[in-house]
Amino acid sequence: MTKTWNNRAWFLVLPVLLLVAFNAIIPLMTVVNYSVQETFGNNLFFFEGTKWYQDVLASPRFHASLLRQFMFTFIILAIEVPLGVAIALTMPRSGPWVSVCLVLMALPLLIPWNVVGAMWNIMALPDIGLLGYGLNKLGIPYNFTRQPFAAWFTVVLMDVWHWTSLVVLLAYAGLRSIPEAYYQAAKIDGASRWSVFRFIQLPKMNRVLTIAVLLRFMDSFMIYTEPFVLTGGGPGNATTFLSIDLVKAALGEFNLGIAAAMSIIYFLITLLVSWIFYTLMMRGDEQ
Amino acid sequence: MARIDLNNIRHAYMAAPKGDDDFALKRVHHTFDDGGAYALLGPSGCGKTTLLNIMSGLLRPTEGEILFDGRDVTGLSTEERNIAQVFQFPVVYDTMSVRDNLAFPLRNRGVAAGEIERRVNEILEMIGLADRAGQKARGLTADDKQKIALGRGLVRSDVSAILFDEPLTVIDPHMKWVLRSQLKELHRRFAFTMVYVTHDQTEALTFADQVVVMNEGEIVQIGTPEELFERPNHTFVGYFIGSPGMNVIPVRVEGAAAHIGAHRVALPGIAALDGAARTELGVRPEYVRIGAEGIPVRIDRVEDTGRRKIVRAALDGRIIAAVMPEDMTVPAEPHVTFDPAGINLYANSWRVDLAQPGRGAGA
Amino acid sequence: MLELRDVSKTTSGQPHISHVSLTFAPGSLNVLLGPTLAGKTSLMRLMAGLDRPTEGSIWMEGQDVTGVPVQKRSVAMVYQQFINYPAMTVYENIASPLRVAGVAKAVIEERVTHAADLLHLTPHLRRTPLELSGGQQQRTALARAMVKEARLVLLDEPLANLDYKLREELRAELPRIFAASGAIFVYATTEPSEALLLGGHTAALSEGRVTQFGPTIELFREPADLITAQTFADPPLNIVAVDKRGSNFQLDGGLNLQVPARLSGIADGAYTLGFQPHHLSFQPRASDAVAVEARVSVTEITGSESFVHLDFAGRRWVMLEEGIHRLDVGESVRAFIDTRHMLVFDTSGRRISTAAALAA
Repeated sequence: MTKTWNNRAWFLVLPVLLLVAFNAIIPLMTVVNYSVQETFGNNLFFFEGTKWYQDVLASPRFHASLLRQFMFTFIILAIEVPLGVAIALTMPRSGPWVSVCLVLMALPLLIPWNVVGAMWNIMALPDIGLLGYGLNKLGIPYNFTRQPFAAWFTVVLMDVWHWTSLVVLLAYAGLRSIPEAYYQAAKIDGASRWSVFRFIQLPKMNRVLTIAVLLRFMDSFMIYTEPFVLTGGGPGNATTFLSIDLVKAALGEFNLGIAAAMSIIYFLITLLVSWIFYTLMMRGDEQ
Repeated sequence: MARIDLNNIRHAYMAAPKGDDDFALKRVHHTFDDGGAYALLGPSGCGKTTLLNIMSGLLRPTEGEILFDGRDVTGLSTEERNIAQVFQFPVVYDTMSVRDNLAFPLRNRGVAAGEIERRVNEILEMIGLADRAGQKARGLTADDKQKIALGRGLVRSDVSAILFDEPLTVIDPHMKWVLRSQLKELHRRFAFTMVYVTHDQTEALTFADQVVVMNEGEIVQIGTPEELFERPNHTFVGYFIGSPGMNVIPVRVEGAAAHIGAHRVALPGIAALDGAARTELGVRPEYVRIGAEGIPVRIDRVEDTGRRKIVRAALDGRIIAAVMPEDMTVPAEPHVTFDPAGINLYANSWRVDLAQPGRGAGA
Repeated sequence: MLELRDVSKTTSGQPHISHVSLTFAPGSLNVLLGPTLAGKTSLMRLMAGLDRPTEGSIWMEGQDVTGVPVQKRSVAMVYQQFINYPAMTVYENIASPLRVAGVAKAVIEERVTHAADLLHLTPHLRRTPLELSGGQQQRTALARAMVKEARLVLLDEPLANLDYKLREELRAELPRIFAASGAIFVYATTEPSEALLLGGHTAALSEGRVTQFGPTIELFREPADLITAQTFADPPLNIVAVDKRGSNFQLDGGLNLQVPARLSGIADGAYTLGFQPHHLSFQPRASDAVAVEARVSVTEITGSESFVHLDFAGRRWVMLEEGIHRLDVGESVRAFIDTRHMLVFDTSGRRISTAAALAA
């Protein structure tokens, strides 16, 4: 690629670099520090090496919440990406309805996480909530505070409601960038609706979908507020995802070393999976 | 292959068109013969692409009907009309190989595998991409992509017509010559009805047997390249076709003579004129002779274009263009004469016939 | 004066520009001619200072400006796409580089008015670019480049996106606009005819190399090598490989052509003969015209001229003849090559000066 060559431009980026250093690198280093030491009160520390890491990696509790986390992320990606693309495909390409659709789609994204959690909590209450009451009325026994499956169902439904719009908006942007001539040519070539999707729309959406999957992966993998407000990780540990478990360990049980080691492992897993996603999808793009 | 009749087509992009000005296409009534090669030529916004899209079925006209071989197709979709179209910018299926791109329209129509193989190989050979047949279309240059798009238009042997929407815009000059002559050869071999939209006169004139010149939503003239060159019906055609365009000089007409200021030009015939009409003389630069006799001019500029010289000369305060062969030079005291074969007379911008005196033509 | 001294540009191992040396005089018009990917845009980016050459140096008015970024140079650029600020009026668009430079209001007023006048934009100054035709949009972009009064103005295929007729009109005006400025103009195009109409000097580019640089008409009439001749021919140059033996040019397939008198002085050996389509005709134009028998493959008629595509023993030639010639495909015709304009190239592609050969 051709680039504009100017050394002094680096000075302009310097403040941001410093800010990022303070915001990200220093806290991260603190966590690394905690993860290799035994912490007592009065600022007493003992070096423990990799003990906490070994403990965390061997802990069945960690395995369980990690598995739950992967399951959750997998389920919501499997729903939100195809659903988001499908909705984007049905949205009008031009006309007065475009802005109406866009505003409607953007609405869930504007609601704060904790509010979303609270909203769905109320909605799902079996006695007064629209969803809970309705399902029970239909003869489907539903109580998300007692049944693990109901809890999962509610958490997934909430996330799909909250975040599918993001995929829709990105996919829609990708679709809009396809010149009209492509659709016309496909019509003339006698292509089926499926062929148009497979050979025109999907290849052209490839890039934005990569971004959508990455964003949704990272976000859902680190989800905390909504399930915490909705189910508090219960019933039992049924919806205790990694971040909820982490907070329990750090603040509930004050196992700083364990929690710090967990954080680092958590961080590395997120980084690794994101990187794998990215390289896989970009490789597909280059060929 | 089909004959295409356009019956009183009008088209407006707005919902409730009122005046004539609201129509992007103001009444087109014309027939494209089966197996003919046509060009729609005109500047941007003249309605040529609108007309093409109406023929292909991408647009439904506000008024009028379209017949393919006498069958009304006005309400039919593009597929049902069975036409092929090539667009200005290369439309290829990026993730497919070159071969699959060409096979795509045939596969969609359920053509037998053996037949697909045969047709695709033939087209690959023709567009010169046989050696890259297995390659993904994504990595190719714009030239090659457009060749694929052309190939996809030509691969179906049963199409009613092939429509081209400025297909050579992104092609390098040298490649244009090759592709153009290939198109011409194809037309001769398969006798497809072809309609070619362009703003480039060279492309239009060299491609088509009949050129339809359009301006501001109307057809100004339909004719062979010679007709458009020798006898432009309207000064717009004179200006638009030819490079440089026709010289249009305001004149006063008296009998068989036209007067440019104090200078007199003999006309090859007598025109029946309405006294109030605005009269102009139209002479192409190719018919302006620079020599030692005729009307004196001042040379403004000479452009040496290699194979010929374009002389810009001031005649009675107005710049006119003349073309000279490469080996000729401008004389010291330049004068111009107009070759009678190239003199046209216009009244209110439309051409008037010049009746031969003595032959008693009806005018 | 702008000088490129042995400039090369390599990006990730791929050479884009190889050893280009060019000198452009102040107030000159210089055309970069070559097909797509020949390196026209890459070369312009180097001249502008948008890229830094991998090797060599760039000098402006005797000063080494290699590595000096574009903001620090006196450069204006016009692109193939019509690049204007859509929300500003034409006036504000033209004035924008002056506003950035903090030029006094009265000076801005004067320069914008002048540029608008020169480019026939005066009636449109209060409109926004999107209300204008493509030609007027590009005029606006040109005016903006002009008011900057930069010492170097780079135009990268500025007419490519315009209609044929608009292109013709603007092209005819450009030399006059350029002459009024005194800056160095560099104009990239893929079209030989455009280079000829603009005149000035031309650098023929092929695969990142300048094959020849000189006055435009000279390059066209007396190309130094085969590549330049081919770059500078539209329709394509007709060529034929021959082996000169005494008074015969032998072609493979047992064909012979008579060696014209004016070429009898060149030594025996292998050559490539080249000639422009308008130097092939149905009637001999010179006493020693070389006659060939060929078959018609396609005829294209423009209204006043005919392009007759010929098949001469497997070689594709184009003849450009005045007048209308309707010929049947496959018809056998006799054509004559005008030897006064025949170009002779040796096996390495260098053109043999026939005048020198005669003297020898």
